[in-house]
Amino acid sequence: MKIDSIKNGIVLDHIQAGKSMQIYHYLGLDKLDCSVAIIKNAVSNKMGKKDIIKIADTLDINLDVLGYVDPDITVCYIKDSKIAKKKHVELPERITNIIRCKNPRCITSVERGIDHVFKLADRENRIYRCIYCEAKKSEY
Amino acid sequence: MKHLIDPMDLSVQEIDHMLHLADDIIAHKEKYREVCRYKKLATLFFEPSTRTRLSFEAAMLELGGSVLGFSSADSSSSAKGESVSDTVQVVSGYADIIAMRHPKEGAPHVAARRSMVPVINAGDGGHNHPTQTLTDLMTIYREKGRLDNMTIGLCGDLKFGRTVHSIIKAMSRYENIHFVMISPEELRLPEYIIKDVFEKKQISYKEVRTMEEVMPELDILYMTRVQRERFFNEADYIRLKDSFILDTYKLKRAKQDLCIMHPLPRVNEIDIKVDDDPRACYFKQTLYGKYIRMALIMTLLGVSADED
Repeated sequence: MKIDSIKNGIVLDHIQAGKSMQIYHYLGLDKLDCSVAIIKNAVSNKMGKKDIIKIADTLDINLDVLGYVDPDITVCYIKDSKIAKKKHVELPERITNIIRCKNPRCITSVERGIDHVFKLADRENRIYRCIYCEAKKSEY
Repeated sequence: MKHLIDPMDLSVQEIDHMLHLADDIIAHKEKYREVCRYKKLATLFFEPSTRTRLSFEAAMLELGGSVLGFSSADSSSSAKGESVSDTVQVVSGYADIIAMRHPKEGAPHVAARRSMVPVINAGDGGHNHPTQTLTDLMTIYREKGRLDNMTIGLCGDLKFGRTVHSIIKAMSRYENIHFVMISPEELRLPEYIIKDVFEKKQISYKEVRTMEEVMPELDILYMTRVQRERFFNEADYIRLKDSFILDTYKLKRAKQDLCIMHPLPRVNEIDIKVDDDPRACYFKQTLYGKYIRMALIMTLLGVSADED
């Protein structure tokens, strides 16, 4: 299978195989007008199998959530068909509306129109807590 | 604008300032009689709490201010389905400061984001109750004359007891504090507090299963109630509710200057005969609560007795 390289845009490489569709939705790529290619199960020397996402003609996407979803992703910014910048993602300090607080006693369970925001509480152990009730992401 | 949502929102310096202010209020009550004249406190109590609400109201009235509000969700527009955000935006147009109690955790945080006036968390479910923490600090400060160098025993429901979690966090900021956790296995302190507070800050603590074995060591004994509403399972509540009861016999081995505290209301975890012991401080504690709330209201409103 052949997918053209992009002239300007972003390539998300080294995505854990099978996670690309999740990332596609988290980043809101379905709302973009530009071309987006999702490559699943590409051959990888390092990982065996990997997913890749190519986003053409835009550099302005908030990629903070990537660190939360898959910290091994490499982000390549492409300009004039060359890699202008390559960076590894980091755990974001806050994630908004990506995960929902499942604590039945949390105000987010009843309040309408409220953002579900989680804050990084422990970087070493990748623990996020709801900013309202402080429940750990996996507590409920 | 400053709100009080989490007990740790306040720095040690800010707490010190309020403790000294509350001390001065106790010593010179007449000086503070008019400092909140023409100011209004709204008490938005989405769940009943006689003690905390009356303490806030008494505090504001003693500062010369006035009070408006409701004392249960049934008598508020939330019964019609109004959100916390909407209620607070409306009320913050009517009052200068808001004290809010809500059964849902984090509700005062939501309120603070929308309010045009300072919001005080007067308890949000099993989560935070910062003015109880201030009350506890005030009690220790008044009764012991210091907030450092002491051994604090916490007894009863250490798992769900929010006042216990808050007092641990608050007191862990002072020098040379030793904590003794007295609870049944099922109600022991959550692991994350042990890790985040004790281990991270290298604070000395121990866990025991009986009150008697540690009684002679304690400077403070903080008793708690096993609360029915914190349990999902009625059987667990019934099994554990009588786990630890303080009586005059157990107190025989305690220090003469022990300070016995309880956030109240109590059920049966402190025998009523203990009330006559001079070491029982839990009723004084409620009085201190009023004075520290007066200091808090003044601080958040930015008023002082020396202004005129």
